[in-house]
Amino acid sequence: MSPISPMPNMPNTTNTTTISTEGAPSRRNTELALLAFAVLIPCFAYANVGLAMDGEMPSGLLGYGMGLGLMAGVGHLVVRKFAKYADPLLLPLATFLNGIGLVIIWRLDQSPRLQARKFFTASATNQLMFSALGIALFVAVLVLLKDHRILQRYTYISMVAALILLVAPMFFPAKFGARIWITIPGLGSIQPGEFAKIVLAIFFAGYLMVKRDALALASRRFMGLYLPRGRDLGPILAVWAFSILILVFETDLGTSLLFFGMFVVMLYVATERTSWIVFGLLMSAVGAVAVSTFEHHVQERVTAWLHPFDAFKDGSSDQIAQALMAFGSGGVFGTGWGQGHSDLIGFAANSDFILATVGEELGLAGVMAILLVYGLIVERGVRTALAARDPFGKLLATGLSGAFAIQVFVVAGGVMGLIPLTGMTMPFMAQGGSSVIANWALIAVLIKISDTARRPAPAPAPSPDAEMTQVVRP
Amino acid sequence: MNKPVRRIAIFCGLLVLALMIRDNWIQFVQADELKSNKHNRRVTIARYSQPRGNIIVDGQAVTGSQETGGIDFKYKRTYKNGDMWAPVTGYSSQVFDANQIEKLEDKVLTGDDDRLFFNRTVDMITGKGKKGGDVITTLNSKAQEAAFKGLGDKKGAVAALDPRTGKILALASTPSYDPSKIAGAQDDKAWKSLQDDKNQPMLNRALRQTYPPGSTFKVVTAAAALENGLYKDVDSKTDSPLPWILPDTRVALENEGSIPCKDASLRVALQYSCNTVFGKVSADLGNKKMMDTAEKFGFNKPVDTPVRAVPSVYPKDNRPQNAMAGIGQASNRATPLQMAMVAAAVANNGKLMEPYMVDKLRAPNLNVIEHHQPKQMNQPLSAENAQKLQSIMETVVEKGTGTAAQIDNVKVGGKTGTAQHGVDNSGNPYAWFISYAKTDNGSPVAVAVVIEGSETVRDDIAGGKLAAPIAKSVMQAVLATEK
Repeated sequence: MSPISPMPNMPNTTNTTTISTEGAPSRRNTELALLAFAVLIPCFAYANVGLAMDGEMPSGLLGYGMGLGLMAGVGHLVVRKFAKYADPLLLPLATFLNGIGLVIIWRLDQSPRLQARKFFTASATNQLMFSALGIALFVAVLVLLKDHRILQRYTYISMVAALILLVAPMFFPAKFGARIWITIPGLGSIQPGEFAKIVLAIFFAGYLMVKRDALALASRRFMGLYLPRGRDLGPILAVWAFSILILVFETDLGTSLLFFGMFVVMLYVATERTSWIVFGLLMSAVGAVAVSTFEHHVQERVTAWLHPFDAFKDGSSDQIAQALMAFGSGGVFGTGWGQGHSDLIGFAANSDFILATVGEELGLAGVMAILLVYGLIVERGVRTALAARDPFGKLLATGLSGAFAIQVFVVAGGVMGLIPLTGMTMPFMAQGGSSVIANWALIAVLIKISDTARRPAPAPAPSPDAEMTQVVRP
Repeated sequence: MNKPVRRIAIFCGLLVLALMIRDNWIQFVQADELKSNKHNRRVTIARYSQPRGNIIVDGQAVTGSQETGGIDFKYKRTYKNGDMWAPVTGYSSQVFDANQIEKLEDKVLTGDDDRLFFNRTVDMITGKGKKGGDVITTLNSKAQEAAFKGLGDKKGAVAALDPRTGKILALASTPSYDPSKIAGAQDDKAWKSLQDDKNQPMLNRALRQTYPPGSTFKVVTAAAALENGLYKDVDSKTDSPLPWILPDTRVALENEGSIPCKDASLRVALQYSCNTVFGKVSADLGNKKMMDTAEKFGFNKPVDTPVRAVPSVYPKDNRPQNAMAGIGQASNRATPLQMAMVAAAVANNGKLMEPYMVDKLRAPNLNVIEHHQPKQMNQPLSAENAQKLQSIMETVVEKGTGTAAQIDNVKVGGKTGTAQHGVDNSGNPYAWFISYAKTDNGSPVAVAVVIEGSETVRDDIAGGKLAAPIAKSVMQAVLATEK
């Protein structure tokens, strides 16, 4: 028996992370250049809508362009000052989506067909205000949050906050078949689920970071899967039960799916155990099927998904069919800004169904571009997780990007008839204050994590025992 | 922890990929289907977003467009004299789609036709809106008016053709409806009452309704006799006993009154409308030969004018039924257009021209994008036999049952018919008349008229009395414009 021989040619300079002690470029100028595009493209779109619909340059163009430009500029300056090494793509991508969303909302405001509807109010101005609030929150997060690891301290406070945010809507009247709003008379309503997404991610990240070893290691092997111990099943069962409760009491399939999905993703990352994914899928399947057997609202959604065109026979909501026809009528290149009829969707054309307008007016090409932008945001988020040096940051970044990806999938998939429609908003694009504000906060947290991750590590202090490690050759 | 994060990255990528594949599915693969889905209002919105092209008769538009000020539909279809032209134009409704020419030539009328691509492009570059093209029909407004007025409040239909070309000159159906009344977005009530009306005003009887042809079918039977060589001469005696027993039965076929039918020549038999003679001709020829001749005249096939006329039928049948079919009283049925085609083929010396009603399609800049060329459809009988048949049909009008259709100084040939129908012939009989007029330039018009009997004229419904005068005025209208 020969002694274990060390690998002889192991290079000792292998760099397994993206972090190096050499000063990484901050990429702030790249961000600025990309931001210029992210502001200019929506401005052209805005002008295009005006020319197509009224035959003249829209009078609001200057205000709109300056507004968006100002928001982007403030965002950029704050990033430059407070998160110098942040990922350069996240801010421009979010700005771009926000800008395009504003143009579509403004375009739908002009639609006489929507104006003729009861309860329709023009929302572009409000949305611009909400976007500004979103940027304000973005700035606040960057300025006030010195390091994302501070959030770890608030693990259990986050849990309480998330519970309150999620439970609160149950006590307010349902709107359009779902209880997901907190209505404050005179002030309007907010959708706390959007904020709960972030707070919950903080809680999961903090909790899993502490418990990951117990969850990962203490398990029995059964049929090739590592089964967790019964008492470790507690948290996943609790989250599962909670998701089901949301589904039953708030009749909100999307939120429920989003939270459970996010939890399973984070659990998997924390424990590296595939069995959790299997459990998660099984449990969501069981939950969804069980609830749909008695929850009328969920059944309706599934029927509407399977037979969208039956709406014309039985007089139920024809939104999905109208959205599909909007996509189909757009074809490959679309009708051009302002020349489609996606307003036929009627209710929620500028929020949940906003992607259908992209589909009709910008065509397959436009939707692919928008989906790519969403995909890029998600992948930049995951990239941040890979680069993050601390497990909390990794978990938080994965959780937030995973939640973002699931939300995009659930909304876009619902609108395009890939999965049953669940009534969530397209991040950044859809009309709705809570959504745009919360998503700016989400981007701010990701930017903060990426800043920490990409920041050049301080030159390692000469380690006292560095010299003592020696390769002993036989 | 990086391995699961990478896997999550792949998972998120797959989610986006799934969305992209789905998007390609609905925006590329299924796009056309969704675009033209019958629930897709964009089709109608586009159809009424600019004034529609017009349907033109004798250089005058019989349709129009009116601005509505509505959100969905900027324009609405209007019709001039809609009741009269409905069997030609069809309707174009903002809610209930469209039919007939309005539907078939919709692409030209809305300007979406591929052949208008150049026009559209030029208009787009010069900043003009899209414009629809026009459909120029073959119809003769005077003849149409004569037909429609002649039918009056009776239930019936008229089809008139130019035998030399197949041009449809008149196409009337009563009771009719005004398509203007169902063109708008709020016309549900009018639509419903039309649908519920038991007189079926929206039924285009000239093309879409088949009737037992009655004695007018004897013209086809006579043609079959001549073509198959059963009888060579229209003036020599036929082998026709009286009474004559239907084959395989003990029932004697009756004639209307005591008319000289025993061994009557074809001329005399047609003049008096002898059931026995033609029943026996049909029996002697057999089902196969009768069916062949009928099919040469256009039976058993739909005719696209381009508006589709339902097939007239001459079915396979047993011997007694086939004999009855020879006098148009069995399960053979014909549309008014079909019977006009029969008269036209005879009048055009045996050549049957394909009937059509769209002469030209015209681009908004007045360029003709399609000009229909007359086509021969068939030759059901030789020129020689056709002339023999003409001569006996002319006898019918001269001194037979069709004297009501005589026109001074013009040779008119025709045949009356009174078709029994219903259980035990209890229904009011149908009065038929088919005829043609001949000038030095061949025959410019062949016409078929059918009138569904009404209670008041039950005893007195012979085709010669009710239908022949209408045919006469239609022929006169065409002859007047011919000069």
